[in-house]
Amino acid sequence: MVKTIAEINEKIKKGVAVVVNAEEIIDLVEQKGVEKVAREVDVVTTATFGPMCSSGAYFNFGHAKPKIKAGGGQANLNRVPAYAGWAAVDLYIGATALPADDPRNQIHPGEFAYGGGHVIEDLVAGRDVRLQVEAYGTDCYPRKHLDSWINIRDLNEAVLFNTRNAYQNYNVAVNLSHKTIYTYLGVLKPNLSNANYCSAGQLSPLLNDPFYKTIGIGTRIWLGGGIGYVVWQGTQHNPYAPRLENGVPKRPAGTLAIIGDLKQMNPRWIKGVSFVGYGTTLNVGIGVPIPLLNEEICKYAAVRDRDIYAAVVDYSEVYPQGKTEVLGEVNYAQLKSGEIEVNGKKVETAGISSYKSALTIANDLKEKIKKGEFLLTEKVADLPVGDTAPKFGPLKERPVKEDK
Amino acid sequence: MSSKKIVLNFPKEKIDKPIVYKLIKDFNLTFNILRANITPDQEGHMVLELVGENSEIEHGIKYLKEEGISTQPLSKDIKVNWDKCIQCGACVAICPTDALYIKDRKTMEVAFDSDKCIACELCIRPCPPRAIAVTF
Repeated sequence: MVKTIAEINEKIKKGVAVVVNAEEIIDLVEQKGVEKVAREVDVVTTATFGPMCSSGAYFNFGHAKPKIKAGGGQANLNRVPAYAGWAAVDLYIGATALPADDPRNQIHPGEFAYGGGHVIEDLVAGRDVRLQVEAYGTDCYPRKHLDSWINIRDLNEAVLFNTRNAYQNYNVAVNLSHKTIYTYLGVLKPNLSNANYCSAGQLSPLLNDPFYKTIGIGTRIWLGGGIGYVVWQGTQHNPYAPRLENGVPKRPAGTLAIIGDLKQMNPRWIKGVSFVGYGTTLNVGIGVPIPLLNEEICKYAAVRDRDIYAAVVDYSEVYPQGKTEVLGEVNYAQLKSGEIEVNGKKVETAGISSYKSALTIANDLKEKIKKGEFLLTEKVADLPVGDTAPKFGPLKERPVKEDK
Repeated sequence: MSSKKIVLNFPKEKIDKPIVYKLIKDFNLTFNILRANITPDQEGHMVLELVGENSEIEHGIKYLKEEGISTQPLSKDIKVNWDKCIQCGACVAICPTDALYIKDRKTMEVAFDSDKCIACELCIRPCPPRAIAVTF
């Protein structure tokens, strides 16, 4: 049974496409088998909602009178520095940026109450944001200072552009040391007392399409409540990660670079967050439809939590020092049960990525497709996979010796 | 049977007296020690949940007053702003009494049981959207 995306889109337009979420497909395949389900179901919706630090937004705030060139100068949004090294009035703000006077970890663990992720959320929510620009002034752009409120409704373009999102699997973080540590995977109590994981597991987009058969460059996605697109593989994309027999990677593997119109988005799904002792970031909601073009794609999309394994990694020593040892592998059914066993000890688990929110997104995307409001796209190029994919590795550090 | 959460303030001369023991023996109360902080030669604070008949709880508190232990109801309240909550589990791992917990292991919904909360405030800063606040 082979379908095309064009055929599925015809059914979507007529309102007769059969769409289920990545949780519902599991039971269907168990009851009816892959062959029947691949024939009957057209689209499976996947989703994730978690902290994604390589996120940010760019926008064009319009020319002031007289004109100012932020490029080569400095710009702040609600006192958080934005990247201004572009043409006159384009800025990029990253999720982890912090105000210059934020005390950071001077008193450890720091609060990190407000940063780039929160600026992006404020913009999305339609709140006024203070823009301050310091420029050097030129003949064509004479102005040197700008201090103005801006609002997303007045920006010429406002675009979410994230260089690495939707990680295909992630580490389970634990702490083997004797003191509490504060990480981007939350607070880890000493002596192996809790384990935090960060993936939607059986709902997560790339875990449902482990070899990127349907998800590729050009794939239209649900992004922050609006429409977005996959534009490239994400940074650190590593299809070489070891995989189980079912094709699912056991370590952090593929990633997506994505883009979308910030003006369409909803602050519920583009949310600035603070990790105590670590910094700020942005929680991003992403939904990805998987067209069931054939039985193989259907089989992959029916992956269950108990068939997806992640590595338990010590974040007190192994992760920060760039070592590779793992303490074991556990599956997402175990992680979601609330307790795993590591080194013979029962350890309480918690998710940092929100499964409940991912389910809400997957269902919203399902309804939009059913109602004909969201059509699927054909990918225009594959994400790297197989022997020809670029290698992902650590920094080859070559320390610079200062001349004496 | 009912229960009441109270804060006990021990002056330094009472720290070495078996006061709480008397609550069990003379007033037939059971109790949970929710928090205790005793500094030698200074003073002590304890948060207790008393469980027993209403009249016995009242008599117990009266006895504490007579012994020079001032009490007040546990007035600190932890509130979760569910509009801000993103339904991750960062607080669940930290909460020592399972007051913040996963209500449903299928949907992984996070919930809060204020009866179990001891207002230790450990959850406040680990919450990524800072959706938890303490009120007085």
